[in-house]
Amino acid sequence: MALSSAARVPAGRRRLGATISPAVAYWFAVPSVILLLGTLLLPIMVMIAMSFTDYELGALEFSFLGLDNYTTLWRDAGFWRALLNTLYYVALVVPASVVIGLALAVMVNGLRHGRGFYQVAFFLPVTSTLIAMATVWKYLLHGTIGPVNHLLTTLGLPALEFFGEPSLVMPALAIIGVWSLAGFNMVLFSAGLTAIPQELYEAAAVDGIDTPIGRFFTVTLPMLGPTTMFVIITTSITAFKVFDTVAVLTRGGPQGASDVLLYVNYLEGFQYMRIGLASAITVVFLGIILLLSLIQAKVLERKVHY
Amino acid sequence: MTATVSISSIEKSFGAARMLKGVSVDVAAGEFLTLVGPSGCGKSTLLRILAGLIPQDGGSIHIDGAAVDHLPPRARDVAMVFQSYALYPHMSVHDNIATPLKARRLNSLARLPVLGSLMPGQKTVRAGIDAAVKQVAAQVEIEALLDRRPAQLSGGQRQRVALARAMVRQPRVFLMDEPLSNLDARLRVHMRGELSELHRRLGATFIYVTHDQVEAMTMSSRVALMMDGEIVQVAPPAEIYSNPSDVRVARFIGSPEINLLPGRADPRGYVTLAGRATPLRVGMTGGLTIGLRPETLAIGDGSSDIVVDGRLQRIERLGHDVLLHMRHAGDDQRSFTARVSAMDFDALRMAGRLEASLMFGARATAALMFGADGKRLMPLRDEPSAGNVTYTSSRALMGA
Repeated sequence: MALSSAARVPAGRRRLGATISPAVAYWFAVPSVILLLGTLLLPIMVMIAMSFTDYELGALEFSFLGLDNYTTLWRDAGFWRALLNTLYYVALVVPASVVIGLALAVMVNGLRHGRGFYQVAFFLPVTSTLIAMATVWKYLLHGTIGPVNHLLTTLGLPALEFFGEPSLVMPALAIIGVWSLAGFNMVLFSAGLTAIPQELYEAAAVDGIDTPIGRFFTVTLPMLGPTTMFVIITTSITAFKVFDTVAVLTRGGPQGASDVLLYVNYLEGFQYMRIGLASAITVVFLGIILLLSLIQAKVLERKVHY
Repeated sequence: MTATVSISSIEKSFGAARMLKGVSVDVAAGEFLTLVGPSGCGKSTLLRILAGLIPQDGGSIHIDGAAVDHLPPRARDVAMVFQSYALYPHMSVHDNIATPLKARRLNSLARLPVLGSLMPGQKTVRAGIDAAVKQVAAQVEIEALLDRRPAQLSGGQRQRVALARAMVRQPRVFLMDEPLSNLDARLRVHMRGELSELHRRLGATFIYVTHDQVEAMTMSSRVALMMDGEIVQVAPPAEIYSNPSDVRVARFIGSPEINLLPGRADPRGYVTLAGRATPLRVGMTGGLTIGLRPETLAIGDGSSDIVVDGRLQRIERLGHDVLLHMRHAGDDQRSFTARVSAMDFDALRMAGRLEASLMFGARATAALMFGADGKRLMPLRDEPSAGNVTYTSSRALMGA
């Protein structure tokens, strides 16, 4: 009897007196699989498919081009400029916003009074709309009426045309980017700091490490390893997606010096209606983000897990 | 390397709470002093003040005769082992042990990560550190683990790494903050032995904090019992057990807990327990507390110096001993515990006497008497009629 019931197990399971076919498990999973496909995977598949066509927004028909869109991009100086500008922006924003976020977190955490106030103050840029704040920054950094330039000229330094000079426009945008991201990073680092056991600092003090710098490098920074990795990943992805400040403040100018990937993508897709080409740019963009995340996830696994 | 530690009237308050109320104790060089007490009695705070991790509000600490109150932890030359071990999780076992030496022998530039190893003129220093690490690792038998990270070690191995990190710079004083409480019971017994052995071999001064009286009794040269921010008694383990100065000490030390029964002293000082006369005599009149350790009670017939009777409530078998939890027959209805051998217990059961009221007897010398204020009352021994009540320390028999 026991043997025969054991033999029947693969065919079905008895539960509450009814025999249930194992296949029913798949039926229960169907709704969520449909949602997953329809909302996440299908749009990406459609986009990848369109990147091989010459589809234009509103067009009734399109033809298959193969890799033509990608070769166009490969040969297009404008695309390469946008890619390099984006990388430049990321290279400026990620280190600065991570280091400033960490410094703010360590300093604010060491405060006896007013910790809450500083945390809220530095977090404010995250909660505000970047497009609205971009106008304020445009005024602040304005070539003639901006307070920053007033300060520079008062100090006897030459005025800087932040949004007019091609070599200054990416750093200017990066300043705004750092401003909007550092506060968020600070909050993430603060959470990481509170998880560091106090006994480690005490052990370090007894071991003879009693300078703030020594403490920072022996305990704080290593213990923040996982947090730092996470902050770098999220910050790079956010920085890669820079769009709003460019769209509002510079529109890629001057002379294409602030063309970035997403802005070019937007122009191709929604200004010139070339959805096929825009899709190809998006695929490249997604590829880069995926690659970044993969590399960092590998490093994360190997280096900072204790 | 060893040193005396002198703690005099240390005061510490956290907000309105007075954590330490003028704690004083002198520790001899090479001594193993255990600070034992219930949670929150201030023993860990005292240890942190000794290490220089937190400042005291009043009083002073001398190590080797010199005041260290103004010195940071680094300059006090003390090592500390923490309850959580506090190993650096990102460093290998080797680097963990090397950290105290690096902090002292390498300058701050050479200690920087990555860059530090490029600084010139440190080859011999690093080689010296390496040798020292290997030597202590051998002493605590962790040579094979030097390349591992703390997360890859078992609790007992982490404990050894923490010890090695404390030992490596040969400090004058070791401070230990409940170092065994995160280990399982078997390992704890084993490490107790190893710590005693380590203390004997190093000859350094150990100040050891625990809430576990067994650790205090088994390892220390002297035990300092702390309660509510004060040291109640400092004495060698055998003495603190057999000769407690205060009812709180008697209750804290000893497992199962000492039996406390209410007695009375008549105007001549003779003590009665639940109306029965005892040969005990004290220099006072009125209510007092008679303490009888569970193992001093033996099943008797009423002819002993001190007789206690009660009804059996519950039995706990410990193997070769049996604990009998009794309800005292007196008006107070206090419960008390007797520890009898399994053989005596079986004889009792065979005779069918468990259902009836049981009578226990104890020798007068085994009784500890405490006044209403909790202070110990010494028996008067000038009355020949009372029999032999000369006070002698009874043997310290610790519970398992």
